[in-house]
Amino acid sequence: MTTAPIHPTSETSIGFGSRVHSWVISVDHKKLGMMYIGVGLLFFVIGGLEATLMRLQLLKPLNDVLTPHGFNQMFTMHGTTMVFLVGMPVLLGFGNYLIPLMIGARDMAFPRLNAFGLWLFIFGGLLLYYSFIGGDGLYGMGGAPDVGWFAYSPLTSKAFSVGHATDYWILGIMVSGFGSMTTAINFMATIVCMRCPGMTFMRMPLFVWLMFTVGILVLLALPVLTGAQVMLLFDRFLGAHFFDPQQQGSVIFWQHLFWFFGHPEVYILILPAFGMICEIIPVFSRKVIFGYPLMVAATLSIAFISLGVWVHHMFSVGLPPWLNSIFAASTFLIAVPTGMKMFNWIGTMWGGNIRFTVSMMFATGFLVMFLFGGLTGIMLAVVPFDWQLSDSYFVVGHFHYVLFGGTMLAVFSAVFYWFPKATGRLLSEPMGKWTFWMFMIGLTLTFFPMHLSGVLGMPRRVYTYQPGRGFELWNLISSSGVPFQIVGVLLLVTNIIKSLINGRVAGPDPWDAWTLEWATSSPPPSENFPKIPTCTSPRPLWDRKHPEDPDCFYE
Amino acid sequence: MSHRGALGVQNIFAGATLFLRRANQIYYSTPVSILFMKRIFTGGFLAMCFVVLPLCAPSNAHAATEICSTSAAASSPIAPNGPTILPNIFDPHGPAARMIHDLSWLVLGICAGLFLVVEGMIFYGVLFYRRKKNDQSKDEPRQVYGSNPVEIAWTIIPLLIVFVLALTTVRTIRSIELTEAPAGALKVVAIGHQWWWEYRYMDDSVPGGEVVVANELHVPINRPVWLRLESADVIHSWWVPALAGKMDVIPNHTNHTWFTAETEGLYLGQCAEYCGNQHAGMLLRVIASKPAEFDAWLQTQVAPTVNDTAVAMGRDIFQEYACSNCHTVKGVSDGQFAPDLTHLMSRQTIASGVAPLDPTTLRAWIENPQALKPGCNMPSLQLDPQELNAVTAYLLTLR
Repeated sequence: MTTAPIHPTSETSIGFGSRVHSWVISVDHKKLGMMYIGVGLLFFVIGGLEATLMRLQLLKPLNDVLTPHGFNQMFTMHGTTMVFLVGMPVLLGFGNYLIPLMIGARDMAFPRLNAFGLWLFIFGGLLLYYSFIGGDGLYGMGGAPDVGWFAYSPLTSKAFSVGHATDYWILGIMVSGFGSMTTAINFMATIVCMRCPGMTFMRMPLFVWLMFTVGILVLLALPVLTGAQVMLLFDRFLGAHFFDPQQQGSVIFWQHLFWFFGHPEVYILILPAFGMICEIIPVFSRKVIFGYPLMVAATLSIAFISLGVWVHHMFSVGLPPWLNSIFAASTFLIAVPTGMKMFNWIGTMWGGNIRFTVSMMFATGFLVMFLFGGLTGIMLAVVPFDWQLSDSYFVVGHFHYVLFGGTMLAVFSAVFYWFPKATGRLLSEPMGKWTFWMFMIGLTLTFFPMHLSGVLGMPRRVYTYQPGRGFELWNLISSSGVPFQIVGVLLLVTNIIKSLINGRVAGPDPWDAWTLEWATSSPPPSENFPKIPTCTSPRPLWDRKHPEDPDCFYE
Repeated sequence: MSHRGALGVQNIFAGATLFLRRANQIYYSTPVSILFMKRIFTGGFLAMCFVVLPLCAPSNAHAATEICSTSAAASSPIAPNGPTILPNIFDPHGPAARMIHDLSWLVLGICAGLFLVVEGMIFYGVLFYRRKKNDQSKDEPRQVYGSNPVEIAWTIIPLLIVFVLALTTVRTIRSIELTEAPAGALKVVAIGHQWWWEYRYMDDSVPGGEVVVANELHVPINRPVWLRLESADVIHSWWVPALAGKMDVIPNHTNHTWFTAETEGLYLGQCAEYCGNQHAGMLLRVIASKPAEFDAWLQTQVAPTVNDTAVAMGRDIFQEYACSNCHTVKGVSDGQFAPDLTHLMSRQTIASGVAPLDPTTLRAWIENPQALKPGCNMPSLQLDPQELNAVTAYLLTLR
């Protein structure tokens, strides 16, 4: 092991202040990507603390760790933070860092727009969190938003949400949303225009394909939320009645707008994770991805169908039977391309020579957990079953399996996989293995019992529950998973800090991988490649490493 | 040197045979593996204990701790005769809930099958395609780019499965989601308020045409109940899992739901759509009793308001202070924002099921509602102890 600095000249010769300054003014996609991920992980810790408080409150029935109002703020901020300030920025950050490297470009198509997007996201996040101080307004109540991350009207109207907490929610999300939209435009422009010679669309790494699809979804879905939020602001301040039932406004209209955004949003959060898994599983299985064209087709069909399933969040709203039936069918349909992906990953592993690094362990954990979350998702698509399960803790269990067991495990897998590329140093494997098992145990303990308390009739978003209904044991077990997850996060943070200081030097290609980002030094120089590479197949580095047997023969 | 080829069906069979042979070897060769298998079986057993047993447990296992007035004798039309039926969706007591329950076992079965098969495939890959400990060779495994037959198979099979699921789903939707009241149904309007329920019996069979009660819905057994759901403020959701799936209660949008209670007893549930501060304190209670007992209860609700001169002081305070702005007591006040108190003492609970209705709790509730149900809309009127006693005594006469 060596502890020599990676950049002896550049890193040591400038002071701390100017180094920070160089990050703040940077338009380099790599620095912006790392800042996205770093700030996202910071918000992940904050959102996790909010969840910890909630699990403390629900440890036993009629507990009084939090007031009802306090609890309602916590679940609103937890959901909003995890979706908008953790999921999206971390995934967009990976896209930012990796897309130009993977397609052999020097930077994104619009570097300044890229920086603008990052700072909008950070500013939006700060604006949302400033509500803890400023949400009171002049009314003496409020604090953080307490209307849920879905902000159903009329709970968000002036009559039921006095003070400015809801306004902070609207504006914070809107501002960071503009950041996400610029980033989506940037992704698509970069992918369409800046691929290196030889990189056709069907030679792009699957991660790039997935991020391209995410770009499309962000552009189609997020403006709908922004529009709905503008209408809500009009309702609150300009006397409009879009969502005001007393003036013949429609509160269901808000639900349609919100979920027209909200369901594609779920895929915005899971598709990049699919992309990461598509890169990581083949490399550690030492096999090419099974069925590349089918993976691309499945991705595009998921994106397409995901725009037509939103009503499955509204099955208990009392919509007509034919409408419920159509949306049940479309929801079932989306299971098919998702299943194809799952099978193709397993097909990649089968017959491989799998190296179980921490990154691969997290990727396998993703498969195991995401499968469970996907199957409970099928149950929720069965409309009559959903009339029982909707808005119960079953749903909370379901989407934590998908978003924590799915997206976040994939993100951890990606952190372990690409950390050496970004910093030049490997993360500690033994510590990583502990992190993995802590998360697996913690996730199962916390989120599996939620399905049971939901089946036993416990609704979501309740600050407390009655004794004697059979909820006690499952909530106790749920809360007992929290310490494992806290240890997991602490281990991960320690690992990152320790490895940054004296981790093992990685070299340009520590995993013997096949995509273009591993063809340059770690960390890559400021314009990525000394000379723009050329691409001959979906695995350009395989072709270079195996000239006797290149992929391009088999396209 | 790498080989190329397709992962054909025969390879899958070959793989399956290999799997069985290796599993056999592992089970009988090394003690470590036996330990591993044992762990799997123990884990499965524990999972059975935690998952299956609670679901099969008798529904009234925890009934003792639920609020259930013992002072009202079984002969009184107020108290439920049967057991307390917990909100467990796998313990249906009505046709709507039972249809969902039957469908849900089919869905659970299919999903459990898929889960076992696919997790089995993952674990097979993990166990048998991992790099051997001493493997230092640089050889890459055979590169398989895909296989049309296999990929078509795992597109078609899931399609067929979800097709079956979609058909059964649509059929069950059509049997449960009715557009008009079933024949002979008892018609009740349920109105969601922040954070309590108002029920208005509006049916020809109801003496006087209308009966208004709060929080405790009395119904006869074996007769369909047609609920018209309306909201006075924000969105709520009416959910008594043993009777029917939930239906949202939405302002300016009338919904309907129906159920038939098949067993006597007290059915528990609670509001299932986040509706603000006391969403958790918006509990639901449905009391199902024999038709004769139900009729007797209806008679108590249409009886004239009790006017006991011994508690005139309490009544005066009730009228003079803000109480009467929100609460109705027929002939005394006509407030619309809070529960009708005309026959308060025919209920078992106050504060939407959060607390039992007994003199001490009632007094504490009037003294400071925020202590019992923080964030609720009822203010403390800062009554002095004497006034408190008087108002409590007055309310206790409202039978």
